[in-house]
Amino acid sequence: MLTLTCPCCGITADETELHPGGEAHLKRVGPGSSAEAFETYLFARSNPKGVHFERWRHAYGCGKWFLAARCTATLEVFGTYLAQNAAPPPEILAAIRARRPDWTPTAIAPRDPEPAERPNE
Amino acid sequence: MTDAGPFRLAAGGRLIDRAYPLSFRFDDRELRGVRGDTLASALLANGQLVMGRSFKYHRPRGPLAAGVEEPNALLGLGEGAYFEPNQRATTTRLVAGMVATSQNCWPGLGFDLGAVNGWLSRFLPAGFYYKTFIHPRPFWKHLFEPLIRRSAGLGKAPTEGDGDRYEQAYDHVDLVVVGGGVAGLAAALDQARQGKSVTVLEQAPHWGGRTPTDHPDGQARIDGLLRDLKALPNVRLRRNCMATGLYDHGYLIAREGLADHEPSAGLPRQRLWRIRAGHVVTATGALERPLSFAGNDVPGVMLASAVRDYIVDYGVAPGRRILVVTNNDDAYRSALAALDAGLEVAAVVDARMNPTGALVETLKRRGVRILPASAIAGIRGGHRIEAVKLCSYVGAGRVFETLAVDCVAMSGGWSPVVHLWSHCGGKLNWDQQGAMFIPDPARPPTGADGAAMVTPVGAAAGDLLVAKATGAAAEQALMPVWVMPMNASRGMKAKMWLDFQNDVKLSDVELAAQEGYESVEHTKRYTTLGMATDQGKVSNINGLAALSAALKQPIPQTGTTTFRPPYTPLTFGTIAAEARGDLFQPLRKTPLHGWHEARGAHWEPVGHWRRPYCYPQPGESHAEAVAREVRAVRGGVGTLDASTLGKIIVKGPDAGRFLDMIYTGMMSTLPVGKCRYGLICNENGFLIDDGVAARLAEDTWLVHTTTGGAERIHAHLEDWLQCEWWDWQVWTANVTEQWAQIAVVGSQARNLLERLGGMDLSSDALPFMGWAEGTIAGIPARVYRISFSGELSFEIAVPAGRGLELWERLHEAGADLGVTAYGTEAMHVMRAEKGFIMIGDETDGTVIPQDLGLGWAISRKKPDYIGKRAQDRSFMAAPERWQLVGLESTDGRVLPDGAYAVAPGVNGNGQRNMQGRVTSTYLSPTLDRPIAMGLVLRGPERMGEILEFPGDGAVSYRARIVDPVFYDKEGVRTHG
Repeated sequence: MLTLTCPCCGITADETELHPGGEAHLKRVGPGSSAEAFETYLFARSNPKGVHFERWRHAYGCGKWFLAARCTATLEVFGTYLAQNAAPPPEILAAIRARRPDWTPTAIAPRDPEPAERPNE
Repeated sequence: MTDAGPFRLAAGGRLIDRAYPLSFRFDDRELRGVRGDTLASALLANGQLVMGRSFKYHRPRGPLAAGVEEPNALLGLGEGAYFEPNQRATTTRLVAGMVATSQNCWPGLGFDLGAVNGWLSRFLPAGFYYKTFIHPRPFWKHLFEPLIRRSAGLGKAPTEGDGDRYEQAYDHVDLVVVGGGVAGLAAALDQARQGKSVTVLEQAPHWGGRTPTDHPDGQARIDGLLRDLKALPNVRLRRNCMATGLYDHGYLIAREGLADHEPSAGLPRQRLWRIRAGHVVTATGALERPLSFAGNDVPGVMLASAVRDYIVDYGVAPGRRILVVTNNDDAYRSALAALDAGLEVAAVVDARMNPTGALVETLKRRGVRILPASAIAGIRGGHRIEAVKLCSYVGAGRVFETLAVDCVAMSGGWSPVVHLWSHCGGKLNWDQQGAMFIPDPARPPTGADGAAMVTPVGAAAGDLLVAKATGAAAEQALMPVWVMPMNASRGMKAKMWLDFQNDVKLSDVELAAQEGYESVEHTKRYTTLGMATDQGKVSNINGLAALSAALKQPIPQTGTTTFRPPYTPLTFGTIAAEARGDLFQPLRKTPLHGWHEARGAHWEPVGHWRRPYCYPQPGESHAEAVAREVRAVRGGVGTLDASTLGKIIVKGPDAGRFLDMIYTGMMSTLPVGKCRYGLICNENGFLIDDGVAARLAEDTWLVHTTTGGAERIHAHLEDWLQCEWWDWQVWTANVTEQWAQIAVVGSQARNLLERLGGMDLSSDALPFMGWAEGTIAGIPARVYRISFSGELSFEIAVPAGRGLELWERLHEAGADLGVTAYGTEAMHVMRAEKGFIMIGDETDGTVIPQDLGLGWAISRKKPDYIGKRAQDRSFMAAPERWQLVGLESTDGRVLPDGAYAVAPGVNGNGQRNMQGRVTSTYLSPTLDRPIAMGLVLRGPERMGEILEFPGDGAVSYRARIVDPVFYDKEGVRTHG
């Protein structure tokens, strides 16, 4: 059972206090997008053995969503950060590189072939 | 001899107290042991060597071990609600009055008819289930499976609920040391002196592990360590506490025995510890391995360490004339212990060419015959050893001598207990010298910080002698022996047991290899090696050595099977603890719950809520009650407790814009004072909830959800708000429990409410789909004029604390109107009469609003909403979808819920093609005929067509496709 530190309230919480939300840093595509782009957004998920970025909600705590960078093979947690980050912040990337010098950030490269426009903006 | 049994030694037994005799029952025998005994030691003291029957061949079995690794001595303990099967006699502390029963034998332990399986053993080889009985199919189901189930297997499942009480506790500690032997205690002391908080867990009721038994000054060393540890305030010592599993990030589960098999002790039986450990030291020791020789399962053949445990720890003679067979020095300690206890040692049979060293010399000096380069060729005896046939180790088993003995102490070397290390990903190396797998410090299980979270010490790390702490002298290396004698015949191998509990023999593993099984995991499942409740503690290494030999590859190449928690079986009671019965999960009650209860409501669980399904009157069936409630509402007025409906406030400058994204319809244009029905989809386009939203103020909406959807939809809103449109200024609050909500429904609803006095509820003041605030009966209220029944309907929300008051006032004032409380089933029937959909009935996670004829609730003007893009996907927009229709039974029978409509032809699996299914079906009390809704392929285009719905057996139902609105199609009643 994992422990993750919620970056909003600072509590180091057991996994039972958290709700998982799948892969982080997906970019929403909406009406007008190509079938391929939409399929990628809906269904294509990376499943790396190694560094991974995930969404978690501190569901039985402060209720906030946050993001976590961790290694799926060793369960090492490189850091957690606010959900409002569109990409892992520099300090998280530095923490990963300090522990995984060979890591290349393929997992966070945007996979949607076309940039989606924010709806209602 | 004392009255504690004929095999009790005159002296000795460091763990027992002869001053306290304990009587107990085993099958039909009344027996006596002493305080400190295990059930196994007490049975042995009484001469009861046979304690069980084997799984497959029903061979008589005595204890092989003296600890947790025991595969044979499994008993049923206790009676009635305290009965528990498959308990290891070797780890069960004897308690006064204990009742133990043998299992897996019929008619009795001594004479078991199932032993006939042994005669048939050549017809029951590895994988025999797969080979023999699969065809013909019906034979398997009706003949072979019941037969095998009766003859194989272990104890019987209890027939009553567990009468014991259990509890759970949590702990956070810097360091947990698992194992209270000399290595564990030394490590604990070392770490505690550095200031860490340390908890030491010992599975046994006593400290010290093997050290006090195996080393002359062992007890003094342990006592010294314990004294130092107890002086430290940051150390906690827990005995009877088994660490069963280590999970992610140092999460350790341990089971502490508090009052096992003592239901009258007034204590919880066991306590489950959930420990978050900063670091774990495994000082879990090692387990001795059996040797594979013909007849190694005959009662009286034991592990050498167990023989000396029974002698030294419990003062029990496992036999009077003992033969030791070994490939290492350690077993010589058992010969010494036997001699010291006055027992005869017939010989030490050592497979090694030239055994030397201090232990060997000591035994020689004491006149014990040592037979080097020798082996056991076979055992004579059934229920107890009569004689042992000896042969040269190098050879095929030509017998050179037969010795009359009644006990064989065998040792094939030791395997470190690496379970906890391996549970969470620690890797192992093969140690050639010791012929054992040991933890690889370079590949440990890692914690959240990426560093090792486990450190093995002592024997668990491969340091079998723990010389630094025990002072033991160096010993001669062991010689790996995986089969004895070296060139044993096939026939001999068919009598060499690897897995005693599951009856897997060396010949079975060789057969598996011969049949092409190469992976150790596959071989395990094919032969069932290591799959019994002992999880192969004594058998795994011998088994994979046998597989490696058969595959002609080195052992590390074969590898081990996966170590999975729990280390020893954990009873479900401990895992559940207090979470049973009423405490299984919290119950949510509306402010009106007590009123419903007092009226004998029949409850329907909805999420964690209990809602009245109906209120049956004396002598009334549930169906009759529902029909009465429906007629009362349709004919006058009824009240429904709608408090469980989800109520979420959505507020802020961007609330309208946000809700336009959440709902398929337009919410931002809703005027203050108005309500609008809305649909919520997920990003896949599927309908996940529905309900009425009300605009409370310029920047505030109240979102009603389904009862089961409140928390889920609130989380859905928060997800999109926090993660996608986090820069929009919107706040949400789930206020479901702050309000009591009462639906007053029927043509007399307004009349009833006006009698209570207060706000103007006329059509002009409060038109359909409007809401207003005021007071009713002096209670501040918000009234929504919305309808889920098709009747004139007011939903009245009042502060939760005043809900009961309003409800009672309604029933007082409406007595002459026949005001009737109605439940969820009447609500369901009435909504179905009107063709209104229900989330979870008409939807199942694959249905889009367009399937349900709800296109009118989808805005065409909005550029986007959650699910919009998905609903444009080709197969969502295609006409070949199952769509909502009404279904009218052609013969007056009610269609079965969930029934499928068949289409001509069959699919690729030979099953009938389908073209629809029933989603809601009732007998309408209003129309006095069956009504149903369903999803049918292109349904709305096929009005009038008749579909066939096969039922159970040969009965088919037929129904005509009709409009889903069965009652008041024009909707005049809603407008009162």
